Amino acid sequence: MTINFFDNDLTSLHEKLVNKDISTVDLTQATLENIAKTDSELQAFIRTNSDEALLQAKKIDEQHDFSNMLSGLPLALKDNLATNGIETTGASHILEGFKPVYDATVVSKLSTAGAISVGKTNMDEFAMGGSTETSYYKKTANAWDHTKVPGGSSGGSAAAVAGGQIPFALGSDTGGSIRQPAAFNGIVGLKPTYGRVSRWGLFAMASSLDQIGPFTRTVKDNALVLNTIAGFDEKDSTSSKRDVPDFTSKLTGDVKGLKIAVPKEYFGEGIDPKVATTVKAAIAQLELMGATVDEVSLPHTKYGVAAYYIIMSSEASSNLQRYDGVRYGFRADDVKNLEDLYIKTRSEGFGDEVKRRIMLGTFSLSAGAYDAFFKKAAKIRTLLIEDFNKVFADYDVIVGPTAPTVAYGLGEEIDDPTAMYLADVLTIPVNLAGLPGMSVNAGFVDGLPVGLQIIGKPFDEVTVYQTGYAFEQASRLFEQRPNIAKKY
Amino acid sequence: MSETTISKSEVAHVANLAKLAFDDAELVQFTTQLDNILNIFDTLGEVNTDGVAPTYSVTENVNHLREDVADNWHQKQALLKNAPLEAADLIKVPAILDGEGE
Repeated sequence: MTINFFDNDLTSLHEKLVNKDISTVDLTQATLENIAKTDSELQAFIRTNSDEALLQAKKIDEQHDFSNMLSGLPLALKDNLATNGIETTGASHILEGFKPVYDATVVSKLSTAGAISVGKTNMDEFAMGGSTETSYYKKTANAWDHTKVPGGSSGGSAAAVAGGQIPFALGSDTGGSIRQPAAFNGIVGLKPTYGRVSRWGLFAMASSLDQIGPFTRTVKDNALVLNTIAGFDEKDSTSSKRDVPDFTSKLTGDVKGLKIAVPKEYFGEGIDPKVATTVKAAIAQLELMGATVDEVSLPHTKYGVAAYYIIMSSEASSNLQRYDGVRYGFRADDVKNLEDLYIKTRSEGFGDEVKRRIMLGTFSLSAGAYDAFFKKAAKIRTLLIEDFNKVFADYDVIVGPTAPTVAYGLGEEIDDPTAMYLADVLTIPVNLAGLPGMSVNAGFVDGLPVGLQIIGKPFDEVTVYQTGYAFEQASRLFEQRPNIAKKY
Repeated sequence: MSETTISKSEVAHVANLAKLAFDDAELVQFTTQLDNILNIFDTLGEVNTDGVAPTYSVTENVNHLREDVADNWHQKQALLKNAPLEAADLIKVPAILDGEGE
């Protein structure tokens, strides 16, 4: 049998399983066939785990317990989420062959719900990059135009969902790594509030910024996945004890009276005018539906990139000290002593972008630079948070573009790290402030999707979803399909 | 405000702190790239942050404590399987000092 995920959302797949129109084994098999059919062009997966997936599918069929919406449904995981006994590398050479001895909390929650992970998706090495091109293993293509980047760092997860290989996937977002690839591939990607989802088992990049979140084709699907992965976890001391609401509770299509703020800085220098026009049209649509829209100012926005790259690289340089060739993964040959083993393993095991960030972080934390860089950035972070607090005193959501441009060509930007960093300007402030942020498709420029970013108050993903759903249902953009959809 | 610049020898010093080694060509390339990025960092100097408290985390939690009891510790064999080199139930590494053998 075959299954076309463009014709079936999570609810429709769930109903088919409940009614025994399809079995979980058939669905899993069909998903693996979809991947086999298209991954030579997309290159979204680093590896699939068909044996484990089919074994789990068989168990689900035997139990026939579909009380959880996600039971029996296939998904893909970004390769920085630990899976017990299944190779997980963070797309780095230094972790080649590494098999974690435990599941990330999100993985065990999904597995308990009955969802079936079929493979690990490509990403920038240790989630460092915006195009998935820093992966040690392969380059992933954009689902809409295979000569373009899929965005990053969760580019494999985004391309797999947008390309119809899989109905949903998880990614991680430290400075935009869920929202920007969602924008580049025309799908829905949410970075939850910091603390909403446990980070246990996510390979740490910047611990005060990282969050795990879902990629889906529709807003409702996204909310359904968050329902399962959210919540307090003993194993992550920064996860929140707040109650987890039903994230689908305000998916009514109604935004009457919703107060929307549009920061003028999000349409400033460096934003492609065609992207700006598309996003403004989307905002006008929300206004037409009864929301009030006002221009506001987030005056410290332009300092976000500098503050972020100092804080992120500092935390990352510390977190990545653990990769030393002793306990797991790659170890360099021909070493003279232990010190030599550390240096050779790290120098041969890490790619250039990872080295660049380790260097920046080590510098920012070093004696003489700490106050001028790390501490200064932490103070700017406070000012960015205060900017948001002021706006959220009067508004429900903040909207703007997700990225300054549409997807660019493979190989076009990768040699200019400064330009790559500056492109994160619109997503970074959300991580620094720990807010929930989502990208939904706002339309197309030259055949490539444009992202509408919706930012909410802390722990108010419900209103973010409400806004995104209303726009999505009015625009029906999710009905547009990339050419690859014809392959199923 | 003064512009931060970084020299090749400073880059080599930082690489040493980070346990990374670069050949001369890489050192030149990294020095140029880091210098460009530091120019972006320097823009923070435009902002007056006198009296502003730094934010290091946005978590609402103060701390999370649990009873100090061993939990889930029977994993020695599974963990050893990941070690690049193993001997006598231990992870094997080269000598700390030159000439000591293993």
